[in-house]
Amino acid sequence: MLLPKFDFYEPTTIEEACQIMAEFRTKAKLIAGGTDLMVNMKHRLISPEHLISISRLDELKKLDSSNGVVKIGACFTVADLADSEVIGKKLSALRAGARALGSPLIRNLATIGGNLGSARPAADLPPSLMAYNAKVVLKKSSGERTVSLNNFFRGPGLTEIQPDEILTEIQVETPPPYTGAGYINLGVRMAQDCNLVNAASLIASDGPGGVIKSARIVMGCVGPTHLRASSAEKLLIGEKPSEELFAKAGEAAMKDCSPIDDFRGSAEYKKAMVGVLTKRTLGIAYDEILN
Amino acid sequence: MKRLINLTINDKVYEIAAEPNRTLVDLLRYDLGLTGTKKGCELGDCGSCTVIMDGKPVNSCLLLAVQANGREITTIEGVETDDGLHPIQQAFVEKGAIQCGFCSSGMILSGKALLDRNPNPDEADIRKAISGNLCRCTGYQKIVEALLVSGQ
Repeated sequence: MLLPKFDFYEPTTIEEACQIMAEFRTKAKLIAGGTDLMVNMKHRLISPEHLISISRLDELKKLDSSNGVVKIGACFTVADLADSEVIGKKLSALRAGARALGSPLIRNLATIGGNLGSARPAADLPPSLMAYNAKVVLKKSSGERTVSLNNFFRGPGLTEIQPDEILTEIQVETPPPYTGAGYINLGVRMAQDCNLVNAASLIASDGPGGVIKSARIVMGCVGPTHLRASSAEKLLIGEKPSEELFAKAGEAAMKDCSPIDDFRGSAEYKKAMVGVLTKRTLGIAYDEILN
Repeated sequence: MKRLINLTINDKVYEIAAEPNRTLVDLLRYDLGLTGTKKGCELGDCGSCTVIMDGKPVNSCLLLAVQANGREITTIEGVETDDGLHPIQQAFVEKGAIQCGFCSSGMILSGKALLDRNPNPDEADIRKAISGNLCRCTGYQKIVEALLVSGQ
């Protein structure tokens, strides 16, 4: 299976990479881990004239958790996320997503920026990152802007990133005390499988055994982008966490999603699983608050 | 236009001119004749093209050769030593973990990367480490047993 021909660029700074993207715009694609891009290029779904590699830019591989914000470089690999103690301690649901992605072979190449930029509705990292209310930094030659991940995805494979922009960093405010989050993905296999349904939940309470102050529930594979389960979130606010409450939230989430029938499963089954995963991820989130 | 790249493959330094659209697996097999690395799905699903790059197992079918510039690569040809088979290879032979042999290179390299990091893995660690490597003969049990023995 041959790759289409392209010109290859390896800029040594982000600024240089931005300049190249500004020049070639839609004729160019960025490559970091390449685990998604290479497959699409081999299938001839895309044939960019220019490939700009950012995988050697050390500034994009940093992890910094000082000043109450976890900043993750776009080229931080999924394997490093899965192994990171900082991520495990502060953003456990993100680590769960990283551990569920692909296989060890894929995780060693794939990057967090690539998993967001490819915008697959079944991707493993967006649910928890949206639940944590993450932001992404989009850089171009003339400046940069910060976009909430909850407003980032536009459709399958489509994002807010403009042709001259590069996603350089993911920022997550360290969750306050008594906040917990959970992520579960459901597939036919444990590895190397496209998810059937995935979900992440985050709840923040005002103390141990206290009422829920805020909640974010994100569902994957059940719409053109990852979706928020708004009615389930509303139902949780001001209530005391309990199994029954989480089951009710699961039922509400089923009404917040719009899955389709496909070879992976029926819409009805996916909807039912949204209910189960919502309830279970809320349970994981609550356990994290208690511990 | 071809680009000049430097690769250290099995402790030997190579300077090679590669087209940008050359994958690492094709460079290994067609330009260097290192055919121990296999091509199965070529889409990162099967793991038969596994090589170890800077200590980490990766799918060489998803990696451009130019992206591997300056890296240290171990293929199955670099696992055997002057003293004979690597203990993992020996365990594969003794446990009957090789059937058709197509997945063996990848299985052994994924196993080696695990054992280099964790010399005494349990069964769950092993199954996780080889979860990106498919065996079309379905001989997983013996592969896991061979890697368990290698770790002891």
